[in-house]
Amino acid sequence: MAIKQTTVIKSAPWVLTIALFLIWEAICTGLSIPDYLMPAPSAIWVSGHEYAGPIMMHATQTLWTTLAGFAIAVVVGMLLGLAVGASPLVYKACYPLLVGFNSIPKVAFVPVLVVWFGIGTIPAILTAFLISFFPVVVNVATGLATLEPELEDVLRSLGAKRWDIMIKVGLPRSLPYFFASLKVAITLAFVGSVISETVASNLGIGYLMMSASSSMNMPLVFAGLIVIGVMGVVMYELFALLEKRLTGWAHRNPNAPG
Amino acid sequence: MSFVKFENVSLAYAPGGANAIEDVSLDIREGEFVAVVGPSGCGKSTLMKLVSGLKPPSVGNVFVDGREVGGPLKIVGMAFQAANLLPWRTTLDNVMLPLEIVEPYRGRLRQEKEKFRADAEALLARVGLAGYGDKFPWELSGGMQQRASICRALIHQPRLLMLDEPFGALDAFTREELWCMLRDLWQEKPFTIVLVTHDLREAVFLADTVYVMSKRPGRILVRKEIDLPRPRPLDVTYTDAFAGYVHELREHIGRIRES
Repeated sequence: MAIKQTTVIKSAPWVLTIALFLIWEAICTGLSIPDYLMPAPSAIWVSGHEYAGPIMMHATQTLWTTLAGFAIAVVVGMLLGLAVGASPLVYKACYPLLVGFNSIPKVAFVPVLVVWFGIGTIPAILTAFLISFFPVVVNVATGLATLEPELEDVLRSLGAKRWDIMIKVGLPRSLPYFFASLKVAITLAFVGSVISETVASNLGIGYLMMSASSSMNMPLVFAGLIVIGVMGVVMYELFALLEKRLTGWAHRNPNAPG
Repeated sequence: MSFVKFENVSLAYAPGGANAIEDVSLDIREGEFVAVVGPSGCGKSTLMKLVSGLKPPSVGNVFVDGREVGGPLKIVGMAFQAANLLPWRTTLDNVMLPLEIVEPYRGRLRQEKEKFRADAEALLARVGLAGYGDKFPWELSGGMQQRASICRALIHQPRLLMLDEPFGALDAFTREELWCMLRDLWQEKPFTIVLVTHDLREAVFLADTVYVMSKRPGRILVRKEIDLPRPRPLDVTYTDAFAGYVHELREHIGRIRES
């Protein structure tokens, strides 16, 4: 076979995505499903073109809201993760609360945020934050808590303070976990901001989809969905790249001698 | 005068619980090479924690360098069975880690970085790792990682080196190579070494004095001076005198295991 295996692996996601859209198109045209039930990709494309201006405007809004919520989640998640991972007491005290809070469907919390902050951007940012900080906390805490006890002994016998051990070993050691969590958190942040926009906003992709579906404009609803999906994939890849750059040592070359 | 002294030391990890070691008395002079052997779980690692000040004794006193041990001692270097090098640091940076923590090096690290780097490189060269300073630990073999780990234990020129089964995970040939490396390091500039090991040949080959410990709770059963001439070539392990020492120690261990 002339095609190299690496090329096959690299092109696989594109091939699969395109194939999926083709099948989708074929089913819609073949069974002549009406656009207001399930629009074909071609109809979605046309609609996307037609509403390119508003879509861009709302997408930018959603992107900024998501990134703002995500940024807060990273900072808060990191600090909380450090506290939880470094001290068994904080760990014991916080975990049930954290897990309990994470179990609440955030859509149920949006109305509360609306009462506090009004309709618009702030509840969306906060929902994005609330939904995405948990994986950051858990991962950073795990990275710190799985420190080898022998290594800790070596450092402590040298007179290292807790803070030294944290900075020299704990923090770098938890970085791969941290970056892994960022990839999960950014996609969750999109979920959060769009949920909030859907329920309580007059800006953002979520709002666009809500108003489109109330006028039975299904192609536009799907265009919105796809835009969210694309933004999610792009951000995910961005953080995956960052992770590879900064913590390459954790993804060691399998050909190197063990 | 003794450098490390244990006076009737016992340690129970949980207050009122079973003793990990019991009524241990030891005398180690400065520059002595001591090996501690015993069945697994006999509290050898506990011994290390006591000497390095990571754990205070429940009963008795531990003295190092004439003073009672009250907290972590900076004159101690430690290495374990797992090399525990930090994968995000190069080998050289791993070796230099203690310098970032122990005074007075810590305060001088900025101004004298170049000198310290040179020291670390020289130490790596001493153990046969010249030119490997820029490699990451996962690019080294197990034996090389262990050499680097011993360098890390020695970089701040400790007066007491504690080794907890440092060669336990290596193959037989690499192990013998590292015995010779450790022998040469010590011979060149003697410092006090306490080596915890399961390997009787290792203990007899390297040590001046071998202590045999009992099953938990660990007690010192036998103190045996190894009167083989130094420097000891690896061939000494095939002599009758060597075999005699190993045999004698083996009999003590056998008796413990039966009891």
